[in-house]
Amino acid sequence: MAAESARKFEALEAQAATLLDVFRRGGYEQVAPSIIQPADIFLDQIGEAIRGRTYVFTDLTGEELCLRPDLTVPVSRLYLERHPRADVEARYCYNGPAFRFQQRGASQTHPREFRQAGIECFGVADRDNADAEVVLLAADAVRSAGLKEFRFRFGEIALFYSLLDALSLPERWWLKLRHYFWRPPAFHTLLSRLAKGESSDSDGPVAELAATLGAQDPSRAEELVANYLETNDLPLSGNRTLGEITERLLDHAADLRAEPLPREVATIIDYYLAVDASPREAIDRIATIGQGAGIDLGPALYVLSRRFDLLEEGGINVGSASFATEFGRDLEYYSGLVFQIEVGGDKASPIAGGGRYDGLLRSVGAPAEVPAVGSAVHTERLLASVGGLS
Amino acid sequence: MPAKLSIAVPAKGRLKDAAAALFEQVGLALRKTGHERGYSGVMHKLDGVEVAFLSAAEIVHQLKIGRVHLGVTGEDLIRETLPDVEGSVEFLRPLGFGRADVVVAVPDCWIDVVRMADLEDVAAQFARQHGRRLRVATKYLNLTRRFFASAGVAGYRIVESVGATEGTPVAGTAELIVDITTTGTTLAANHLKLLEDGLILKSQAHLFAARGAEWNKGAIRLRDAILDRFAGAAA
Repeated sequence: MAAESARKFEALEAQAATLLDVFRRGGYEQVAPSIIQPADIFLDQIGEAIRGRTYVFTDLTGEELCLRPDLTVPVSRLYLERHPRADVEARYCYNGPAFRFQQRGASQTHPREFRQAGIECFGVADRDNADAEVVLLAADAVRSAGLKEFRFRFGEIALFYSLLDALSLPERWWLKLRHYFWRPPAFHTLLSRLAKGESSDSDGPVAELAATLGAQDPSRAEELVANYLETNDLPLSGNRTLGEITERLLDHAADLRAEPLPREVATIIDYYLAVDASPREAIDRIATIGQGAGIDLGPALYVLSRRFDLLEEGGINVGSASFATEFGRDLEYYSGLVFQIEVGGDKASPIAGGGRYDGLLRSVGAPAEVPAVGSAVHTERLLASVGGLS
Repeated sequence: MPAKLSIAVPAKGRLKDAAAALFEQVGLALRKTGHERGYSGVMHKLDGVEVAFLSAAEIVHQLKIGRVHLGVTGEDLIRETLPDVEGSVEFLRPLGFGRADVVVAVPDCWIDVVRMADLEDVAAQFARQHGRRLRVATKYLNLTRRFFASAGVAGYRIVESVGATEGTPVAGTAELIVDITTTGTTLAANHLKLLEDGLILKSQAHLFAARGAEWNKGAIRLRDAILDRFAGAAA
C-alpha cells in the first residue's frame, strides 16, 4: 500500500517528520540507506523464508538483488561502510520504504510496499541501558504521533540460552537445542525424540560403522570413515569435510550409548517455553521452574528484571505488558531482548517492533561481534491506529 | 457460431515427440498449418480445434491466464509456477509420458545423511564450520521452499540453476540439489544419492484445462470429444 492519494502521502510525511524529530532529539543521526540491496546478505542471514516474501531479481550483469524487505540489515551495512572496524558507537534513525510480497494478497495491515521509520544503536557496551533507551524512544515516538493506548510484548532470547547452559547437557544436545530453538515446529519433535532416546537412523551399515567408531579417538575415527568411503566407492566431494561427516557419526554413536535426555529436563524446557504472563509474573514463574529443576537462573533473571526496572523508571507501564518466552523465535538474528508494540491485542500486526541482534554485524562483515539494538515503526499501521486514515 | 477450442502442446523439448505420438495414437493427429516451422496447427479429424505449439513454460502461462482452453505440460512446471494450482487449472488426465521425479539429492559420501531431518542437523553443523547456510542448487525454487518448510528444514539457501544441476556439488557451488530424475543414472554418475523421504513430486505430463478460459457450449463439446478419444483409446 503505497501512498496512492495525495492526502495520505501528506499525512504519512507529517507523521514521519514527527517520528524523526523524536529520534533526532534522542541523539540519532538520520541516514538513508540504499533501497536496492544485494540479495545474498538477506538470503544468507535471514534464510530462504525471506525469499518467499522478498522481491528478488537479477540485473543485466547477473547480480542477484532485492528490494529491501526491512531496514535493519541496510542500516547495519551502512554502519560498516562508515566504520569498517565497527569499533565506535553510532546511533542512526531512518524513514523509508520497505517491500514484502504478501502471499495472501496485499492488504491494509499487510501491504507489499510500506514505510518503516526506526532507529538502530550500534557499539554501545552497556546493553541494559541501550535496550531501555531504544524501547523508551520507540514508545516516545509512537506517543508523539498520537498513539495513546498501546501495550508492549517482550521476549528474551538469551534467557533460553541461559536455561540450556544451566541444564548442563552434553554439548551435542546443547548445540542442537540452541539451533532448533529457531525452528519451532521441529523443536518439539527433537525434544521428544531426545527424551525417548530415539535415534534418527538406528539401523543399517552406517549405524554399524558409527557403533564401531564410538570407542575410537577422533583422528582414528576419521581414518575409519575414510576407509569406509573408499571401500564403498563413495569419493569425498563438495564442501563438507571428512571431519564433519565423522563428527556427526560420532554424535550418533554417542546417542546410541547415552541414556536418553531425562524426561524432567524435556518437561522443564516445555514449561519454560509455555511461559506467557506479565513481565514480573513471568520472571517469578521462570525462577520457580528453575528452583524446581534445581538450577540457578538467578543472574540471568536479575539482568532481565533490571531491564524492566529501567523501563519502569522511564515511564513504561510494565504491569500491563506481557512477556512470552516463545516470542521472537521467528527472526534468527535476534540475540537478546525482543519487543513489539501492539494495539487492540493484535499480535500479528504490531505497530512497532525490535530487539537486540549482537550477532548480525559480524555476519555482514564486521571483524567481531558488535552490540546492536534497534526498533522499527510500521508507519501505515501507526497512521491507521491514530485515525489519520479514513 | 462454429465451436472453437484452443489447445497448447509442447513445441520442443522432451515432451514434444511423446505428445505428438499420443495424439496420433488416439486418432487426433496434430497437423501444422502454414509453414512447417510455424507454431500453429489443427487437430486432424476434429474441426474447430486450434493447436498452439509452445514451450512448456509458456503453456503454463497461457493456461494460467486462460488464453488457451487446454494444455499439455508437466505437473512439475504447473506446481512450481502457479501460486494457486487448484484455482487455475483442472487435472483432466495423466498422459503416461514425461515421467520425472523431483527429488532431493546429496553427495553419496554423506553417509551420515539419510533423511530430510538430517539436513537441518547438517545445516547447523555447516553453519558452525563454514559460517554460512547450506546451498541447494535447483530450478524449482517454489517446490523446494515449500517441501523444505514442510520437512522443518530452514538452514539453507537456494542457488538458481538452470542446467547441469547435478554437477554443482562436485564443483562446490552448492552442497546439495533438488532436480528431476527419471532413472537415477545421472545422479549416480555424479555421486549423488536420494534421501529416503526426499521425493518432492512424482511428475508426468497431464492434459490440463484452464479454469479461466471461456468455456462456452462449443468448447465443452470439443473438450469432451477429445477426452472421449483418450478414454476410448485407453479402454
